[in-house]
Amino acid sequence: MVQFLKDQTDNLAERPEHSPESPLSVHSMTVAYQQRPVLWDMEYEARPQSLIAIVGPNGAGKSTFIKACLGLIPIATGAVEFWGKPYSEQRHRIGYVPQRESVDWDFPVSALEVVCMGRYRKIGWFRRIGQEHRKKSLDALTQVGMEDFADRQINQLSGGQQQRVFLARALAQEAELYFMDEPFAGVDAATERSIIEVLRTLKSDGKTVIVVHHDLSTVPEYFEDVLMMNTRVIAAGPVSEVFTDENLRKTYGGKLTLLEEVGESLARATRGEKVP
Amino acid sequence: MGTLTDVSISLPTWGEVFRVLTFQAGFNTSIVIIGATLLGFAAGNIGTFALLRNRALMGDALAHCTLPGLALAFIFASLLGFDGKSLPTLLAGATLTGVLGVITVQLLVRYSRLEQDTAIGAILSTFFGAGVVLMSIIQNLGTGQEGGLHHFIFGQTAAMNRFDAFFILAVAILASAVCLALLKEFRLVCFDEQFARSDGWPVATIDLTMMSLVVLVTVFGLQAVGLLLIVALLIIPAAAARFWTQRLTTMTVVAATIGALSGYFGASASALLPRLPAGAVVVLVSGVLFFGSLLFAPERGVLSSMFSALFLRIRIAKEHFLREVYETREASGVDPQASGIPIALTSLLSARNWSLPFRTLMLLILRLDGTVCTDSDGITLSETGVKESALKVRNHRLWEEYLLTHSEISISHVDYSADLVEHFISEELLKKLEHSLHERGKLSSPVEVPRCLHSVDTEETT
Repeated sequence: MVQFLKDQTDNLAERPEHSPESPLSVHSMTVAYQQRPVLWDMEYEARPQSLIAIVGPNGAGKSTFIKACLGLIPIATGAVEFWGKPYSEQRHRIGYVPQRESVDWDFPVSALEVVCMGRYRKIGWFRRIGQEHRKKSLDALTQVGMEDFADRQINQLSGGQQQRVFLARALAQEAELYFMDEPFAGVDAATERSIIEVLRTLKSDGKTVIVVHHDLSTVPEYFEDVLMMNTRVIAAGPVSEVFTDENLRKTYGGKLTLLEEVGESLARATRGEKVP
Repeated sequence: MGTLTDVSISLPTWGEVFRVLTFQAGFNTSIVIIGATLLGFAAGNIGTFALLRNRALMGDALAHCTLPGLALAFIFASLLGFDGKSLPTLLAGATLTGVLGVITVQLLVRYSRLEQDTAIGAILSTFFGAGVVLMSIIQNLGTGQEGGLHHFIFGQTAAMNRFDAFFILAVAILASAVCLALLKEFRLVCFDEQFARSDGWPVATIDLTMMSLVVLVTVFGLQAVGLLLIVALLIIPAAAARFWTQRLTTMTVVAATIGALSGYFGASASALLPRLPAGAVVVLVSGVLFFGSLLFAPERGVLSSMFSALFLRIRIAKEHFLREVYETREASGVDPQASGIPIALTSLLSARNWSLPFRTLMLLILRLDGTVCTDSDGITLSETGVKESALKVRNHRLWEEYLLTHSEISISHVDYSADLVEHFISEELLKKLEHSLHERGKLSSPVEVPRCLHSVDTEETT
């Protein structure tokens, strides 16, 4: 038994199903909050150069999964590897867009200053933000159509604009693998289009983007791969193959009715989020 | 000692005030003022980051938890035969239990389900209680020197000597240097801790650096301001600075300035009125600066937002009034766009649900901006007033048309919605509206005011 467990966790890269080309390999990952497991035995392999949606009901652990991959939440068992190596060695190749609600938007910084944070790792300790980094950050803002708002205080931006600032910051990181936690939550139609445009550009540049996504109706249009989960992996693979009614029923426990969707958007509205 | 009935405070002369403020009132007084100024500067500086990191109350916990350390340091030093009142010994003890208290709070927050404020409240009062008990034990020891310890609770700025001032100067320089060097890192961690961690920044180390500066300022401020009030110097200047600026760098500078001014004027006031405790006066001055900022700061200040709310209300009232004039004339068969026809506006004015002061204000504003003019017949709309009223009615009806043709809102509901929206139709939006209605054949000429969609509610206006 012990030997078996050891085999399971030893050197993921050498296992046939975990190729070093894969930007993200998750192996038997379990995560617990206060002894209550929230992710069970997750097994996942991301296909390189693809747009991947993570879908699942509320409380399925989608954000937790992303945070655990990024080392923001300790994992109880299992292993996560990026291109066959641990996170600490591949950090510079990974970008992150946290949930918009996770920060205080009344913070005294401008949009450009937030985007510059994506360059901090390259700038290094103690040093000022140089002209070249400022330029790259401005380019990132331009890419999301926000160049006119560079000097705007972030609390004067709409929800959609704030989301685009977060996206621009991730672009400024110049990563190869991106994790995005609900970038489409509470944004207007124009922002949604501009975000998906950016995602497609990233993909055509050979990058991989993993997105926590709530709107099931747009999954086939926006993404080519999908990870369907509800505290464990239900199905993963190309949307055309695994995004089936049966898997959806398994993921959402057969309760995916219109009523529930309406209830969910109501709950989001009462929490103060904008409902698209 | 004065008696309770002897409450008069002899006011200083202007000459004395001038001498104190220009450092000519003797070496000791000057040292105290400089020391308090520097302390305020350092506290405002690092307090900005503590506030933005939501760690400001941690400074309070830290300060209260220093009391048992002060007492223990005194007891042990006395027992071992050293001078129990030696400042380095006392401050070492204070730092020890202060930091211990903060670590306890952190551990409680991490490993129990307690919220930070609960944990701070519990630990702060427990440590402070322990400190008070230890103080009374010291008094019972009867060494005859215990009186000095009490000064750490309320502070005794006047006791500051040049070495204390020198240490505070060193702390101020260190705090400024570290904040300058780590500005980028502090900003990142304060704004978005998760992103910082995912990006590989050692958040714990950066936090530790920040908190170390808070500890330094607190410990060196104990003697001057006292452990009950030192947290005020960390929080108040930073909170006041936030009203004035939207930039972190500016906020740091403004907070340090407000802190320094508080220290300067507070210590000066206390030098001039020797019976007032300096620490409390310093904090009071910062409180005055805070309320001044709260009231008078542009954009974020209370008065500024009250005025912009009032201006909006006046504009909306004016636009409603103009529309009502137009529609009343339209309903009574008069060409609403012809100017110069007098109409009894006095009754219209009183028909609006405006309070008397607001009505007077509105009439004054309407007259001043040339919307109405007064002649022998009473009040009439001026030519510009007529034009403006047609424009407002047009905006209102265009929006109603839009709602009817583009969404399925019933005709009985469009008026209310248009009432709200009409005040916020910009030029650009108006063009889009016109274009969209024109395409559907609802608008024949670009200047036409659409006909009214619902009967004008004349009951309301007569």
